Amino acid sequence: MAHYLLSVYQPEGTPPPPEELEKVMRDVDAYNKELKAAGAWVFAGGLHAPSTATVMRLKDGDVLMTDGPFAEGKEYLGGLSIIQAPDLDAALEWGRKAAMATTLPIEVRPFYWDDEPTS
Amino acid sequence: MPGVPALPAAEIERVFRAEYGRAVAVLVRVFGDIDVAEEAVQDAFTAAVQRWPSAGLPASPAGWIITTARNSAIDRLRREASREDRQAKAALLHAGGGDTELAEEDAVRDDRLRLIFTCCHPALAIGAQVALTLRLLGGLTTAEIARAFLVPESTMAQRLVRAKGKIRDARIPYRVPTEAELPGRLRAVLAVVYLIFTEGHTASSGEHLVREDLCAEAIRLGRLLAELMPDEPEALGLLALMLLLQSRRATRTTSGGDLVLLAEQDRGRWDRDLIAEGQAILRRCLRRNQPGPYQIQAAINAVHSDAPTAAATDWRQILQLYDQLHSLTPTPIVALHRAVAVAEVDGPDAALVLVDGSAIGGHLDGYHLFHAIRADLLRRLGRTTEAAHAYRAALDRTQNAAERAFLQRRWAGVA
Repeated sequence: MAHYLLSVYQPEGTPPPPEELEKVMRDVDAYNKELKAAGAWVFAGGLHAPSTATVMRLKDGDVLMTDGPFAEGKEYLGGLSIIQAPDLDAALEWGRKAAMATTLPIEVRPFYWDDEPTS
Repeated sequence: MPGVPALPAAEIERVFRAEYGRAVAVLVRVFGDIDVAEEAVQDAFTAAVQRWPSAGLPASPAGWIITTARNSAIDRLRREASREDRQAKAALLHAGGGDTELAEEDAVRDDRLRLIFTCCHPALAIGAQVALTLRLLGGLTTAEIARAFLVPESTMAQRLVRAKGKIRDARIPYRVPTEAELPGRLRAVLAVVYLIFTEGHTASSGEHLVREDLCAEAIRLGRLLAELMPDEPEALGLLALMLLLQSRRATRTTSGGDLVLLAEQDRGRWDRDLIAEGQAILRRCLRRNQPGPYQIQAAINAVHSDAPTAAATDWRQILQLYDQLHSLTPTPIVALHRAVAVAEVDGPDAALVLVDGSAIGGHLDGYHLFHAIRADLLRRLGRTTEAAHAYRAALDRTQNAAERAFLQRRWAGVA
């Protein structure tokens, strides 16, 4: 088994109307239940707005702190899932379902492991 | 050395090129790693260059290459594994040490299919799919692929390294898709092979209209697909289409490299063997009655092949086939080519209405053929000023030297 990061990319700006958002939340909930039932779920969570972020950066032996996200952009990381899957085809199938549930672009990216991945 | 025929280096290279895909496919199965497989086949090539000139060509060159490559890979991996190389350990573990059957024909066939579907995986960019397919299945060198696609060798090398890295790290599986996935995945494979052919047939830039090596390679891959998937009518349809297009190769340009239109080609110089082969394959797949875009395009080209003169072309049948193609794939490009057939059946004015209509006009502004076809219809209608404008628009949109020269001549004729 390998681990994959599924990142949800959200556009900057006003969120969709409540009734649309409610449907998305229901679909995402069902998606997470399906992941758990299949034994593929490792972790999932949604993030607060990028304006709540703080960046720590090493400079000349000191760690400097800046208010705000690492990169400003039109889209930002809105949430993520970590899943386990036997191969990319299986991970992409979860990614496809995530895109349908969230209605947002999903980036599927494999984890690099220092040790042999455990199954 | 009596009894042993001399084996020139070029012949060794030819054998390796022909067997490359087969050998790499088997070794990827054994070691689970494309780099290990490629390196092993390269080692076997070095060994062959030393041995074959004196020992002669082995009875089964493919079997010799695969066995030699496997042994060399195991030696190399054992050395590397003893230095705590994790990738080498993993590859050795994958090989399992046991003598798995290496060159048994059914297994090899499955290996090559698996490799094709891995190379043409939709998670890889189309350019990467093309490069991997030519490298791993076609056995072309990185330098050859770079030359064919007019990019620096270092760029092509990077593209291949990146694609192989993604296959390994993201775990793109080495397997034939399930029946449910197969239609979509097969379409992607056929699209890669046809892209290689069309890139060779009408190079998008450069001096020569036809880049022979790419056409020949695409046909070789098409034959392989037809052999590996004899029950897929579209795989056969693609092969038939490429053979029929290739049959007109010698007449598509003058000796000076100028473009010659289908209607003006010397039909006596069309390759009758390729036509006969293409038409036979087409009849075989059409009998299955599962029409698809490649089969219909092949059928359209077969109608052209059947016409002894351009004037004798059965345009009504071609239009019917375009109707069928358009109902399967209703794209602006298909609609544009259908309009060309409409011009022959109902006249250029009817065709121009279609070309400027909402299904075509506006969608294809960046495509030089749209403007060239429009220009030709306007020219036939005597609207020379508009035709000249359209030829100029076409000229602004192609870098191919032969096409540019042709459009220049047409433009000069109406300007």
